[in-house]
Amino acid sequence: MRLQWEAAQEAHVLLYPEGMVKLNGSAGAILARCDGVRTLADIIADLERSYETAGLTDEVTAFVVLALERHWLEMRE
Amino acid sequence: MRPSLPSPSGVGPPLWLLLELTYRCPLHCVFCYNPTEFAATGAELDTADWLRVLTEARALGAVQLGLSGGEPLVRDDLEPIVAEAHRLGYYINLITSGVGMTEERISALKRAGLDHIQLSFQDSTREMNDFLSSTRTFERKAQAAALIRKYDYPMVLNVVLHRLNIDHVAEILAMAERLGAQYVELANTQYYGWAWLNRAQLLPSRAQLERAEAVTRHFRERAGSKMQVYFVVPDYFETRPKACMNGLGNIFLAISPDGTALPCHAARMLPQLEFPNVRSHDVRSIWYDSPAFNHFRGEAWMKEPCRSCPERQRDFGGCRCQAYLLTGDAANADPVCELSPHHHLVTAALAQAESASAAVGAPAAAPLIFRDHRISIAVEPRHNPAPGG
Repeated sequence: MRLQWEAAQEAHVLLYPEGMVKLNGSAGAILARCDGVRTLADIIADLERSYETAGLTDEVTAFVVLALERHWLEMRE
Repeated sequence: MRPSLPSPSGVGPPLWLLLELTYRCPLHCVFCYNPTEFAATGAELDTADWLRVLTEARALGAVQLGLSGGEPLVRDDLEPIVAEAHRLGYYINLITSGVGMTEERISALKRAGLDHIQLSFQDSTREMNDFLSSTRTFERKAQAAALIRKYDYPMVLNVVLHRLNIDHVAEILAMAERLGAQYVELANTQYYGWAWLNRAQLLPSRAQLERAEAVTRHFRERAGSKMQVYFVVPDYFETRPKACMNGLGNIFLAISPDGTALPCHAARMLPQLEFPNVRSHDVRSIWYDSPAFNHFRGEAWMKEPCRSCPERQRDFGGCRCQAYLLTGDAANADPVCELSPHHHLVTAALAQAESASAAVGAPAAAPLIFRDHRISIAVEPRHNPAPGG
């Protein structure tokens, strides 16, 4: 599974064996910050700073759960 | 990466690029979709040509890359092709029989940036695998599987199903489990190329298909999510056609060994189109400007019943190659569709498969034709009437 920015599609895409998912803006912004180092709280704080907003916790958490279910992300011990 | 120029006429980029690096193959599979006339095609592109194709297609936005054939490991420049594709940002899938995979090569491919390997098996036992491919390759495939695991690639197996092996699905899934597969694609034969020649021997009966689906369901319930099994239903058994290639010329670009650019790897057979070659045209002009790639875009080419069908934007009238093979006109509705006036051609083939599988032990109506260079020179490209009578 690989995440990269594709200029031709103006989107982040997830690439995996014989498949591709084009991500919308918020999904791309979240996954691009999931680097295996930062915690979920760090990522939410960073997103809220970047987009000059607050109260993203529920939305971001819900997406991360979905991404885990779809194996777009994996949990580190 | 260089940002791509805006596309003319609302046509999107060729997101999927398939390089058929060679038609040479150590196997002789009866269900191969390569063109039966492969021996008559021109010389293979050289390394520099392939690298140029990669660069030009990537600039248009191509990102999923398949390296296939024939057997791509036959090319001794596979490693530099992979290295350049990786540098350009492709996600690289190698589609291989495993024959020719050595530790030296897989280690070099890994270093070059290969992302994924799809390994084919023909059946679950040495006897059937080797019979169906007309080679002694089962052990070599098992060795390739061990190397794939050792080099930490996801184990992705592909097994093409047909009348002669579809009753072995339980054994095939057990083999996949033993090999540590994460993904298994049970892909029913699509009837193009050599498979089309052998259709009368390969098309399963409905009872066989239903048994195989039940076995697959049962396996999924038992194995859970540790092994994902995709069961690709043969479209002859459907009442609506597949959205083949998501419409010709919409997302998929294949380059044949001799440099012919195709909107589907089987499309070389379509008679009225002159497909451009990457030796004389760049990928941008091929994709956006060539008459062959524009011919089946949109809906202007459609005939009834597709032209006025409310489902035409969902399935694009099905597969142009199948329409051509079965009816002689690529602009007809795919006869798999029950709305097609030619649907009886599909049901007749299914009826023939029913009676053939009922006649257990009876000699086959015609011998299987194994993919072979010598036979490729001898066979005439043909469409209807259906093979095997």
